[in-house]
Amino acid sequence: MSAGTRERPAHGPAHGPALRAARLSLRDVAHVGSAGLRSRPMRVVLSALGIAIGIATMIAVVGISASSKAQLLRQLDALGTNLLVATPGDSMFAGETVKLPKEAVGTVGRIDGVEKAGATGDVDATVRRSEKIPADETAGIAVKAATESLLEVLRGKVATGTWLNEANGRYPAVVLGHVAAQRLGVTTPGQQVWVDNRYFTVVGILDPLPLSPEIERSALVGWSAAQQLLGYDGHPTSVYERSTDATVHDVRKRMAGTINPRSPQDVLVTDPSSALQAKAATEGAFSSLLLGLGGIALLVGGVGVANTMIISVLERRYEIGLRRSLGATRGQIRIQFVTESLMLSGLGGLAGVLLGAAATGVYATSGGLPWVVPLWAVAGGFVSTLLIGTIAGLYPAVRAARLSPTLALHAA
Amino acid sequence: MSTVVALNGVTKEYPGGVRALDGVDLTVGQGELLAIVGPSGSGKSTLLHIVGTLDRPTTGSVAVAGHDIAELSDRKLSALRAQHIGFVFQAFHLVPGISAQDNVAEGLLYSGLPRSERRRLAAAALDRVGLAERTGHRPHELSGGQKQRVAIARALVGEPDLLLADEPTGALDTASGETVMKLLHDLHQDGATIAVITHDTEIAERLPRQVRMRDGQIVADTGSGAL
Ligand SMILES: Nc1ncnc2c1ncn2[C@@H]1O[C@H](COP(=O)(O)OP(=O)(O)O)[C@@H](O)[C@H]1O
Ligand SMILES: [Mg+2]
Repeated sequence: MSAGTRERPAHGPAHGPALRAARLSLRDVAHVGSAGLRSRPMRVVLSALGIAIGIATMIAVVGISASSKAQLLRQLDALGTNLLVATPGDSMFAGETVKLPKEAVGTVGRIDGVEKAGATGDVDATVRRSEKIPADETAGIAVKAATESLLEVLRGKVATGTWLNEANGRYPAVVLGHVAAQRLGVTTPGQQVWVDNRYFTVVGILDPLPLSPEIERSALVGWSAAQQLLGYDGHPTSVYERSTDATVHDVRKRMAGTINPRSPQDVLVTDPSSALQAKAATEGAFSSLLLGLGGIALLVGGVGVANTMIISVLERRYEIGLRRSLGATRGQIRIQFVTESLMLSGLGGLAGVLLGAAATGVYATSGGLPWVVPLWAVAGGFVSTLLIGTIAGLYPAVRAARLSPTLALHAA
Repeated sequence: MSTVVALNGVTKEYPGGVRALDGVDLTVGQGELLAIVGPSGSGKSTLLHIVGTLDRPTTGSVAVAGHDIAELSDRKLSALRAQHIGFVFQAFHLVPGISAQDNVAEGLLYSGLPRSERRRLAAAALDRVGLAERTGHRPHELSGGQKQRVAIARALVGEPDLLLADEPTGALDTASGETVMKLLHDLHQDGATIAVITHDTEIAERLPRQVRMRDGQIVADTGSGAL
């Protein structure tokens, strides 16, 4: 009854079984959809290139800004966001200066949650490299009295020499912030600097303190030495405290009132890490110009894919007719070309993600940043290529499905 | 003998007013081997499109393997082609770059059979057309006659109720044409129903039944066993 060599349950043609188009398996769809690509690899590369460039640009823009942000956050983590500083507020009356109470460090230290408190006090003196340099050439360096606890509160480190302690704090000894040391030309402990009207010995130089640039520009003298040798009045000008992370908020609310219960408005409390936090937040906002360029490249890439698909359909009229004669439904022809378009743009997207991630990696490693490519950007890149692939493939696929199946029978 | 094809009063008018078929009645019974013969432009290919359900008639009724095609949607027509009809084209229409076996297996792609089964049946069909040794060859590595035999294997691998061949020897030299015609005769011996379209009266005369066409009409039919 049939043309082939295989036995099949006999059925009279006049009452055949119900006709039902078979579904293609996912694998068959992928196979049929990729056939056109496999036969023209060079065209695939060229038409996927636009999408690859677009996605790569976007991934790199997002990745680089995410890496910079990660670097700032890493810094913040090391410095801590639990440092608060109390300084005298502005006086309500002109000409009157507001001061913090002498015992402010002690009272702040007793607030619940505060782990350590320290202070500096402005000393009315200048520091110079030698007595020969005029007194008004301070190079922007302030002389401050410092409590012993200050360095630990700031999480600072001594680059060379020692920090102020019980012993040297009573003598004409000075510790320089790293900017101050640079400006005074001091590189090793033991050198002398001229403070007020006598030589002080530099006992230590500090590492940079990103959260406390004012300390980096200071010459620090022990509390009692400042009082005895430099006429310091003992009122702190900045009280620093570290609390547990959980209590920062509460401490901040109570600090002014604790330092000066009668007029808390005379105390100004600030969070030195807030500037860095704000910077980290804006780093997350990437350059919209570059992002826009990436978007345009993506769009052009999508047009390229659509173009390639239209050509592909024109070239393969006979194949389409053949498949229709073999029993492909219109839907199956549509799926074939949409799949081809999806694969084309998907390949571009994949190459783009890899390229963008690599570009971010190069930027990050050369700048000493952590290499961060946000997952949402990768997912977004893929979703947009799939979207582009579908849109670019839809029109050619519909055209392919509408072609008359009789075309295959015309001699090629 | 049951009827595979039944055409009744079929006309086909192309846009522009060309009447390619004009009142054609044709019945093909199971197991027949017939030639549809006529000069160029007489409407043979149009008839084949309509019998093959690739096109619908302007008027008249068409039933293939018991299904009235006027009632069928695109999906059902496609299924009808997948399950009941095999085509052989003058220009072969093999997929370049893939092996003979894969080309033949394409003939089952829309049948719902799993891939391994499709490949197994494809190998058997190639064996049937005498190309067991050529399963791995790609189209450009085959002669014209071999290509057409691969195309015939692709048409018969799904065991269609009807094999339609449009000028199957038209692109072949005489010797290759002979082999292809011999193969069609052999398949007929095995029970296949085959309609061969040709303008070559010599080829037509060697087939058991000849349907002669001119200007879209059947002018002679040497007889159908189904009538
Ligand atoms: N798609 C078409 N559109 C318009 N006219 C057509 C089309 N196909 C065939 N014809 C015309 O229909 C007539 C029959 O053509 P065809 O069936 O191809 O004949 P044959 O195969 O016998 O040469 C011819 O006059 C041809 O020009
Ligand atoms: Mg013709």
